[in-house]
Amino acid sequence: MAANDGSGAAVARRTGLAGVEDRLAAFFDDRRHRYAVFAALILAGLLVPRVGSNYTLEILTNSFLYIVLCLGLNIIVGYAGLLDLGFAAFFAVGAYSTGILTSTFGWNFWLAIPPALLFTVIVRVIIGAPTLRLRSDYLAIVTLGAGEMIRIIARNMKDLTGGASGLIGIQRPSLFGLELNQISHYYYIFLALAVLAVFASDRLEHSRLGRAWKYVRDDEDAAEAMGIDRVAVKLSAYIIGALFAGLAGCFYAAKMTAISPETFQFMQSIMILVAVVLGGMGKIAGMVVGAMAMVLFPEVFREIGSMRMLVFGLILIVMMIFRPQGIWPDRRH
Amino acid sequence: MAILEVKDLTLRFGGLEVIDTLSFDVEEGGIVSLIGPNGAGKTSVFNCLTGFYRANAGDIRFRNESIMSLKPHKITARGMARTFQNLRLFKQMTVIENVKSGMHCRTREGALGALLRSAGQRREEAEIERVAEECLAFVGILEHKDRLARNLPYGDQRRVEWARALATRPKLLLFDEPAAGLNYDEKERLIDLIRRIREELSITIFLIEHDMGLVMKVSEKVVVIDYGKKIAEGGCAEVQSNPKVIEAYLGKEDEDGN
Repeated sequence: MAANDGSGAAVARRTGLAGVEDRLAAFFDDRRHRYAVFAALILAGLLVPRVGSNYTLEILTNSFLYIVLCLGLNIIVGYAGLLDLGFAAFFAVGAYSTGILTSTFGWNFWLAIPPALLFTVIVRVIIGAPTLRLRSDYLAIVTLGAGEMIRIIARNMKDLTGGASGLIGIQRPSLFGLELNQISHYYYIFLALAVLAVFASDRLEHSRLGRAWKYVRDDEDAAEAMGIDRVAVKLSAYIIGALFAGLAGCFYAAKMTAISPETFQFMQSIMILVAVVLGGMGKIAGMVVGAMAMVLFPEVFREIGSMRMLVFGLILIVMMIFRPQGIWPDRRH
Repeated sequence: MAILEVKDLTLRFGGLEVIDTLSFDVEEGGIVSLIGPNGAGKTSVFNCLTGFYRANAGDIRFRNESIMSLKPHKITARGMARTFQNLRLFKQMTVIENVKSGMHCRTREGALGALLRSAGQRREEAEIERVAEECLAFVGILEHKDRLARNLPYGDQRRVEWARALATRPKLLLFDEPAAGLNYDEKERLIDLIRRIREELSITIFLIEHDMGLVMKVSEKVVVIDYGKKIAEGGCAEVQSNPKVIEAYLGKEDEDGN
């Protein structure tokens, strides 16, 4: 959206950090600039494995995973305005479905993806449908409970999920005869998934469906009066958001070869949500920045040991006081 | 022929009868007003018609079919659009995005079309864009299409709401106090717009309004309600001289005749 209110001449005079932000925003308002920067980032991403250590690749792979998760949650929270505190559940369903189908039933990894996504949708509808009539705080509590239920089910269905110790020995997939067993392989896979997620989010956001999500977020009753079926629209946001997490879960299971319920704790849902809010809800670039910040910060400051999470918490608090809209927000907020 | 028939409509909140066996028709191609003192139940009637309230008894027939059990979005899809008494724009979105919401029920592309950006999807987006611009041009604020809706002056925000309702391609348009908060010039333009909507777009108009000057200027028929009951119905002059209407608005003279 070129030249929204606020980016006009009056604001161009702002100085200091705000001035820099205005100039940056004006730069990114141009579609060609956006594509150029995005292409440069992808290119840089493709070159990293030539120079980076395995440690670097591991961290970056993790941040790409987070980008996918954040973009998924962004559809639900950012576009449709539905606060979901149990999002990790769908990441879990994708990972567990893939793990069980490949290790217990001996399915090929690639063939396991469609049923894993189908399970994700089924679980999403089961725990999403009852919440469609709820608003804000009630919705948050129900999603929190539902998310925990999935983890507890995974913990207690020992025969299927391996209980508390989890699933081990998940098969490595192969691609064109190459067994994917190096971190660099997964680095490329998750980079591709993140790029795919960015493209998908961009196209969805600027479509009839994406607009409908935002109408419902801004004013449910007015949306309904304009002929929009709010229940169907919310459900579609839930499902599409969950699909991002489910797909990420499939590849996560293959990368780790072992998964346990502890990976999908309530804290995981919170971390994804924090990354979304930190980055700037409703903004794709914000999701990339938020996810990267969330994963990279604890690693960069590894030296200060356990203090780093304290510092991170403080930074989050300061951020929310002075810049509640996030690092790279949708400029309309 | 009546496009909208309301028969014995009754709505209760607890023990309170908000609408009491109300019956009236809106003729196709007409401009009909619903008036009444504050708290008479006018907006409740609108909310029943558009499916936001579920009436306790009676029937509402729109284009010869009962719409009593339909959800609001289904009623809009059948060709009845409304505006709100208090502005209900999508505030974080631009003017044109607001208006595009009206086209939602007239289009069908979903997630897959958006992801693949298929030929059909692009054609549909172009059509949505075209209709939205047409509606904005009709109400006269096309030049503001890329501004945020909440940053427009009040009068223009009202016009965004009208354009948005027009974009649903309605047969019947319900205006809930369209003149509220408008200045004299804006009211004159509203009267002109209401007539143009009927003449150029052949849309039937049903409105709630407090501004009697406006009501008397545009309406062909007026329905007057008080305490949820119809107390008068007819042409402007007829209603204005009806003693029951005068009583409802001005109060009754003392029995002693002071």
